[in-house]
Amino acid sequence: MVVQIEILKSLPYCSGLSTAELDAIREFIFERTVGKGEIILLDGEPAEAIYFVVSGVIKIFKTSMEGKEQIITILRPRESFNDVPIFDSGPNLVSAQAMTPVVLYGIKKENVEVILRDYPQIAPNIIKVLAGQMRHLVSLIEDLSFKNVLGRVAKILLEPPGGDGAVRPRLTQQDMAAIAGTAREMIGRSLKALEGYGVIKVDRHRIVIMDKKALQEIAGLAT
Amino acid sequence: MIEMPEIDREKCNGCGLCIGVCYCQALKLANNIITVTETEKCGWCTQCEVVCPMGAIRCAFEIVIEEA
Repeated sequence: MVVQIEILKSLPYCSGLSTAELDAIREFIFERTVGKGEIILLDGEPAEAIYFVVSGVIKIFKTSMEGKEQIITILRPRESFNDVPIFDSGPNLVSAQAMTPVVLYGIKKENVEVILRDYPQIAPNIIKVLAGQMRHLVSLIEDLSFKNVLGRVAKILLEPPGGDGAVRPRLTQQDMAAIAGTAREMIGRSLKALEGYGVIKVDRHRIVIMDKKALQEIAGLAT
Repeated sequence: MIEMPEIDREKCNGCGLCIGVCYCQALKLANNIITVTETEKCGWCTQCEVVCPMGAIRCAFEIVIEEA
C-alpha cells in the first residue's frame, strides 16, 4: 500500500515539512502490517528501523530475567518507537507488541541518516519527541524509586476516598493512580504484588481484601 | 446481569481502538459510538480502558472485605 502524505503530515517528526519535502521523504518509508498480539521487536536485538504508529495500539515493555513485565508506555496513532537505538546505533532498548491489529510506517536505519543529512530541519522535531519520551521515563523512574506506591494502593483499598463509610465507591485503576499520585502502570503492578502476598484476591471486577490486618501493615495503618 | 465496562457516550469519539484490543468481542461500533454487549467471556482485563485516548471507558472495581 502507498505511504500516504496526509498521514506523514500528522506525525510529530514531520511537523512543518512541505508537501514536496514529504513526497521526497516518502520513498524511504515502508509500511508494515502487524497482527494483534504479534511481537514487533525484542529488547536487545539489533535495531533495524524506527517506527510510527499509523493505526492500532502498541505496548512498549521490558521483561526481567525472571519473566516479570514492566510496561514502559502505551503508544497510539502518530507516536513513534525505537527512536533511541537508531540514533545511538545500539540494540533495541525495549520490546514492542501489538495490542490490536496495527499498521506501521518504518524508516530503516541507513535511510534515517540520509533524511537527516538532506532535511536537517527535521532535527528540532526529533529533539522535541525525544524530550517528551525522556520526561515520561524520568517520571516512571521517580515512581519506581521513591514512592511507596504499594503502601498508597493498600491504603486506597482499605479507605477508598469518596465513600460514606457504608458504601465503598468503585474505583478504576486510573482513579487509583490519580489518588496515589502515580502512573496507571504502577497500580496494576501493585495489585499483582498484593495478590502475590495473598492479602487481596482480584476476581474479575471485584477486589476482595482477604487479610485486612496484613493490608493495614502494608499501608502503614497498623496500630 | 453481568458487570461490564461503562462507556461515556459524550466522551467516546468512535475511534474503535478498544474494539481492536478486546479479546471477548464485547465491544461494537454503532452510529460512531461504542456499545457494550454483556458476555461472560469478559475477564475484566481493562485493556479497553487502557487504550481509550478519550478516557471514555471505565472498568471500575468493587472493593470488598472478606468476612472472617
